[in-house]
Amino acid sequence: MQTPASFEYERATSVEGAIASLQRLGFGARIIAGGHSLLPMMKLRLANPEHLIDINDLKELSYIREEGDEIAIGALTRHVDLLKSDLLAERFPLFRDAENVIADPVVRNRGTIGGSLCQADAAEDLSAVCSAVKAHVVIRGTGGERVVGMEDFHIGPYTTAVGEGEMLTEIRLSLRPGGGSAHEKVERRAGDWAIAAASAAVWIEDGRIADVGVALSAVGPTTIHLSRAEELLRGKAPSEELFAQAGEIAAADCSPSADGRGPIDYKRHLAGVLTTRALLRAAARALPQEARS
Amino acid sequence: MNVSISINGAKVSREIEPRQLLVHFIRETPDLTGTHWGCDTSNCGACVVQMDGEPVKSCTILAAMCEGHEIRTVESLEVDGRLDPVQMGFHERHALQCGFCTPGMLMTARALLDENPDPTDVEIRTAISGAICRCTGYVNIVSAVRWAAEYEAAARLEA
Repeated sequence: MQTPASFEYERATSVEGAIASLQRLGFGARIIAGGHSLLPMMKLRLANPEHLIDINDLKELSYIREEGDEIAIGALTRHVDLLKSDLLAERFPLFRDAENVIADPVVRNRGTIGGSLCQADAAEDLSAVCSAVKAHVVIRGTGGERVVGMEDFHIGPYTTAVGEGEMLTEIRLSLRPGGGSAHEKVERRAGDWAIAAASAAVWIEDGRIADVGVALSAVGPTTIHLSRAEELLRGKAPSEELFAQAGEIAAADCSPSADGRGPIDYKRHLAGVLTTRALLRAAARALPQEARS
Repeated sequence: MNVSISINGAKVSREIEPRQLLVHFIRETPDLTGTHWGCDTSNCGACVVQMDGEPVKSCTILAAMCEGHEIRTVESLEVDGRLDPVQMGFHERHALQCGFCTPGMLMTARALLDENPDPTDVEIRTAISGAICRCTGYVNIVSAVRWAAEYEAAARLEA
């Protein structure tokens, strides 16, 4: 039987209360939301928190809404709600691409976006998705809130910018004209981790790529931001040839390891192909948007 | 800690360690061993129960997290000797051999039909994609869920 080691459990009744508990209990305390990453880690003794603070009652952290020129997503928003959101599917369709292939529908009823990002597992899809669309995350502590860009959020494998006594409360996505996005993933079977996955977002102005974000899952120790590919793409007109070049950079700039999901050269090849495909689909989705604006 | 959970409409209270998983809390309740405990890693789906009407994997939820929520297990499907249509479908279409995955399959299928009374075969396959069956090859399970959907559609028409 796999059972976590002993811990103390408490249920938060407010965000402030959860943060106060984190402050009081210090390093040994962890937030639990869906628990579908944390509990398996605890069963394997890879995580050994002394206190769990359950935030599942904090309904005020579960929402997807348009606020001015941003979409705001509460940290407790579950995968199933991200999948079903027509607002997200219209403005950032890569979320629905990814959510269709994250774990399985039953797991998606529990897992949350905040948990996914804070787990900071390199093979997890939403970290690449949020990197590609250049999301910002809101981290709250007793001293107030700070906003951190995805490029500064993951500071290493399973390690984030969320400090002691702090919690992630919101993910923010900037709404900019001419945007399109896509997520491409290859997995061995339903519910497995990716062999490789690529997220891409482009913003097209006057037929050229004004801005672009590309990130990879499962082919390195952390989510990989493809900054060299982004530099290549910025300012150029979208084309199959250009996106194929970006795919070559992706294959070169990732650092997969060999495991049961495949050898290194296969994963590099796959990362490249998926990057090209994600960019093609992102651009195809962006062009009608640009025509409308 | 003392935890009270509503299981199949009845309140079950017990003194437990906070680390007790929902699947064990359920199975240690008299007459509630129908929920199966399989892979322990949220992969196989044998432990699926409904929490507030949604299918969840009870091996990856703490019992303590369920206080104040309605849990429904496979035992709730049959009422006064009358099987639920999904159970009838599994019987009609021979959708089980060893039966280990069946409670999770039934609770997943029940939740699917409650949300989507007329699912396509692809939607059925997607719904049960988090549940592993090593006997049937899934064909008869999909057929059984389809049978239940059609049975319920006919019953609605009659009513």
